[in-house]
Amino acid sequence: MSEFFKKPLLDAQSLHKQFTVGKKPGLFAKAPKDWFRADRPVAKLHAVDDVTFTIGKGEVLGLVGESGCGKSTLVRLLTRLLDLTDGSIRLDGEEIGHLPAKGFGKSPYRPRIQMVFQDAGDSLNPRFTAFAAIADPIQRLKPLPRADLKLRVEALATMCGLPLELLGRFPHQLSGGQKARVGIARAIAVEPDLLILDEPTAALDVSVQVVILQLLEDLKKRLGMSYLFVSHDLNVVRLLCDRVMVMYLGRIVETGPAEEVFRNPAHPYTKALLSAIPHFDQVKGSGAPPVPRLRISGEPRSPIDPSPKVCRFYGRCPKGQDACTESMPLLHGVGLEHSAGHSVACHFPVSDTDRKTAAVSLIEDVA
Amino acid sequence: MSAVPVLAVDNLSVEFRTRGGIVKALEQVTFSVNKGEMVAIVGESGSGKSVTAFTVMGILDAAGRVSQGTASFGGLDVLQASEAVMRDIRGREMSMIFQNPRVALNPIRRVGDQIADVLLQHGNVTRREAPKRAIEMLTRVRIPDPERRAKAYPFELSGGMCQRIMIAIALSCAPKLLIADEPTTGLDVTTQAAIMDLIAELGAEQGMSTLLITHDLGMAAEYCDQIVVMHAGHIVEMAPTAELFAHPRHPYTAKLIAATPKPTARLMDLAAIPGNLPDLRAAEIPPCRYSARCERRQSRCDQALPYVLGEQKGSMVACWNPL
Amino acid sequence: MTETLKHIRYVLTENPVTLFAFSLFGFILFCALFGPYLAPYDPLATNGAATLKPPSGAHWFGTDALGRDIFSRVLVATRLDLGIAFFSVVLTFAIGALAGIAAGFFGGWVDRVVGRLADTIMAFPLFVLAMGIVAALGNTVGNIVLATAIINTPLYARVARAEANIRRNAGFVEAARLSGNGEGRILLLQILPNILPILMVQCSLTMGYAILNAAGLSFIGLGIAPPTPEWGILVAEGAAYMISGEWWVALFPGLALMTAVFCFNLLGDGLRDIVDPRRRT
Repeated sequence: MSEFFKKPLLDAQSLHKQFTVGKKPGLFAKAPKDWFRADRPVAKLHAVDDVTFTIGKGEVLGLVGESGCGKSTLVRLLTRLLDLTDGSIRLDGEEIGHLPAKGFGKSPYRPRIQMVFQDAGDSLNPRFTAFAAIADPIQRLKPLPRADLKLRVEALATMCGLPLELLGRFPHQLSGGQKARVGIARAIAVEPDLLILDEPTAALDVSVQVVILQLLEDLKKRLGMSYLFVSHDLNVVRLLCDRVMVMYLGRIVETGPAEEVFRNPAHPYTKALLSAIPHFDQVKGSGAPPVPRLRISGEPRSPIDPSPKVCRFYGRCPKGQDACTESMPLLHGVGLEHSAGHSVACHFPVSDTDRKTAAVSLIEDVA
Repeated sequence: MSAVPVLAVDNLSVEFRTRGGIVKALEQVTFSVNKGEMVAIVGESGSGKSVTAFTVMGILDAAGRVSQGTASFGGLDVLQASEAVMRDIRGREMSMIFQNPRVALNPIRRVGDQIADVLLQHGNVTRREAPKRAIEMLTRVRIPDPERRAKAYPFELSGGMCQRIMIAIALSCAPKLLIADEPTTGLDVTTQAAIMDLIAELGAEQGMSTLLITHDLGMAAEYCDQIVVMHAGHIVEMAPTAELFAHPRHPYTAKLIAATPKPTARLMDLAAIPGNLPDLRAAEIPPCRYSARCERRQSRCDQALPYVLGEQKGSMVACWNPL
Repeated sequence: MTETLKHIRYVLTENPVTLFAFSLFGFILFCALFGPYLAPYDPLATNGAATLKPPSGAHWFGTDALGRDIFSRVLVATRLDLGIAFFSVVLTFAIGALAGIAAGFFGGWVDRVVGRLADTIMAFPLFVLAMGIVAALGNTVGNIVLATAIINTPLYARVARAEANIRRNAGFVEAARLSGNGEGRILLLQILPNILPILMVQCSLTMGYAILNAAGLSFIGLGIAPPTPEWGILVAEGAAYMISGEWWVALFPGLALMTAVFCFNLLGDGLRDIVDPRRRT
């Protein structure tokens, strides 16, 4: 019952973000008949379309999707760098979605949502030392006297495993792993409740990646933060996340407890994603039995003025049928334990029987 | 497999002249690629894997210098060959695809024409046939609607599509060797798999050998016959893929495998590799460049690096105290 | 600090052309600062006994129609020419760089206004525009500085705009927003320091233009009034004697002008190497 009263830290309800895109006729193309009307419909790119989710206190939610699926836009909406077209974002029950992105820096909510960027090199100003980079958010959001500031920055650096003698260095004098540590120290400097990790290890070597992931896990436990972990690397996502959301062309297609989604993917797209990552169970020449692999072909549908009725994955989906073009599939519970929160937006989810018989028709055997 | 390898690199050392001094980027690199084989060079950034590829292609940066060794491609030492000879070989017998296909393509030329250019340059088709052959190539790399795509400019195509075009260009003259330098880095996961499948299939069809440069052990495991592990300009281990993953012998290889996230591993199970690469500009680099990071270090590790051949053909480990 | 000095020394020793440009710049600066004290003759003093004398031990660059020592006049003119160029560049920098960065960073209407203004200025033949400004506002040193600054502003605005535009959505700018920095602060404290090096290079290049422009204005009689020594006037005064064989009257001021412009153009490349932090490893 206590679950019922426990309010989530972040509650995002049907978020929408559309961008207007130019649809001007070419120089020699015939002008549209309604060119004189001021309210002529313009093309809209639906970057984020009806996205609803929550993040609990101390929870790690994974967001998985490929480039162009709208995950960067979603991140920018949550960090309030971008205004919503529609929807609501509540932080601890308080609505922050309506606050304009411009000027959000002055709001009391600013320190509570922070972010670690994908490319630590690009996210550090080449003209700022590591110390200045970490001190900047403190000075702007939670000012401290000079002496205390120095102590605080040093404490943060130590917490993130950054040797203190490196604080005077500029980004180009630091290694990739050290830059990542500076980026993390800066993000946790103002003690956020929600930390958004945007592919924090994508630019790092594997040996460094492990260290940074372990650091993030450790910091979460020590500081009680919640994470939204964005990545395209499923092997990495499942290391850190309690729950995952899979995004495709602006919509959430599957969500659920991480282990459940990875073990029993219900959406064909999730299955294809999982199928595409190297598994180490198929080392060439080892004589291991070939694992059936699901490959999807073709290009994604256009996100510009998409039909509200057609499933976004239709056309690439091996299970696509006429029904998929007649009504947009909505998220609904799957699996034996519906209460566990595993939902999928598909009319024909990969069922348990499918999994057992490995539905021959849709799985290409790539030996 | 024929006895004579397609590519045999022997005792190759490369130095770079920089402000901070001479960087010994490669030292005594020896490996070979047999006909029809796919070989991976695996390593982290700074390991020298791309320098190896560039040296073999003869497109080493001007600051770089081959200080010793040979690289024999079908009997010809590509390190000694003249630029004119190399120009003829590149693209015809030995092709390369790069990490960022969009940059490697000419942005203001239709992709069909770019494939036709390569066909024409190497002189095996007539001007009239070239566009038709270009479309054939697009079909072979599984580009849907090839007639229409041939008229597209690179910016109109997705990253995965551009990489397919690059592959079409690279394979248009049926080369004996394809060097793929991180061909799927930066592409989506599903696209990555499709591109690697394509390279593997076309390679098998043409009997072409492939040298895959990658940082992704998982990919190397899935597609390659033989794996060469590099660390700081040395080959630390090489072995047939199954052998390498079943019994890694060099401590670095073992750590690298243990550090790679796998579907079954938990975060605490993954190993971190402590320490950094040694400064390759220093006058005195320890003979084993991994020794400062190594847990199995012994006093004899300060002697010249041993190259211990394994029982299996093509396996070697450069370590005094292998696992 | 010592690291910066080490880096400067490295760039200078690595590239002899840069070293040459910096030495030449030092020499020109020295002439500008101390020229008037070093000149062997009073640059304004006429001497009826020694008119149009070719170069000799007494008069290194010869004398002009009024018997004035050309070497002294060229030397003394350095300060004025360099001064005009320097102040006009400072002015251009202040207006052009700020307008350009704002245009590139904010985009939208700021960008359109700045862009159209720059286009408007560029649409005139620049030298004619400068002539017009000086003719309308009056023949003073201040107005020459102003005219030179105005015609160079679009060049700065364009460079600054392009550079600010590519950094507009850089990771570090987003990070600064998350840290609670306002847009103005981001512009001045995050973007400007990154563009400064590129603008410094531009400064060096426009110094050359500015000198040429000021000299050009004086050459056609708009600008510094004779008898004040100024390179443009000196060349103008000598031009009439070229045909009659007194080549030295125009040649030496012309050489001085050329050397200065050449020096600033070379200097630009060297400056780029020094200020680029990525070249420091």
